[in-house]
Amino acid sequence: MKIKDIVELLNARVIVGQDQLDSEVGMAFSSDLMSDVLTVETENLMLITGLANVQTIRTAEMSDINKIVFVRRKKVSDDMIRLADENDMILIECDYSMFKASGILYQSGVKPVY
Amino acid sequence: MHFEFQVEGGNFSKAGTASSQLKKILKQLNVDSRDIKRVVVALYEAEVNVVAHAYQGVIIIDIDTEKIRIRIEDEGPGIKDIDLAMQQGFSTASELVREMGFGAGMGLPNIKNNTDELTVTSEVGKGTNVHMLINFSI
Repeated sequence: MKIKDIVELLNARVIVGQDQLDSEVGMAFSSDLMSDVLTVETENLMLITGLANVQTIRTAEMSDINKIVFVRRKKVSDDMIRLADENDMILIECDYSMFKASGILYQSGVKPVY
Repeated sequence: MHFEFQVEGGNFSKAGTASSQLKKILKQLNVDSRDIKRVVVALYEAEVNVVAHAYQGVIIIDIDTEKIRIRIEDEGPGIKDIDLAMQQGFSTASELVREMGFGAGMGLPNIKNNTDELTVTSEVGKGTNVHMLINFSI
């Protein structure tokens, strides 16, 4: 599934990475706990999280994750945008709950990590 | 190759900058991406630990063609019971640390999972030293 399809399904907004709308997403992982994200060995997955701070971006950087959907109306800060830009990331803001966003994407074929 | 980075205790806005710089260095050295991930995840966890618990710390890194050795030496409260700290789920992290998405008692166990050798020594009231070694797969 492409980023642009995900944006439409989640009624979401791309904050960083407008030039990567055709980028493919195969798997996703939903968590607010960055320690859990750091244990995932799968590469090239999308993170769905309600934790919006600089450490979310850092965690993604270390985990080779370059696509993040922020759920529950969380706002991406300027510091987060700057760091995401440096790392060629896609940041998306979504008003849905984590459960709803994850459910819609799962139903549409995005695979879980485990 | 030898590198050193300073870590400021309590400053979460800078936590991860050393790991980020090391990631760029390892990429330039053409280290395998899976090895890079093991190294930077382990270092990032350790860096967050210093920021979360200590007053200040230094990261000392030595890289050769086969392996990377990292020492993290901090000045801080130290760890009273290292065996307990190594257990998954044990944490003394503050509410602030938890708000940043950490403090679930997974850092040290995750460092262990990503390294080939890990030694943690500590003196209560003085600080903690973490030594880790990762062999490159290629």
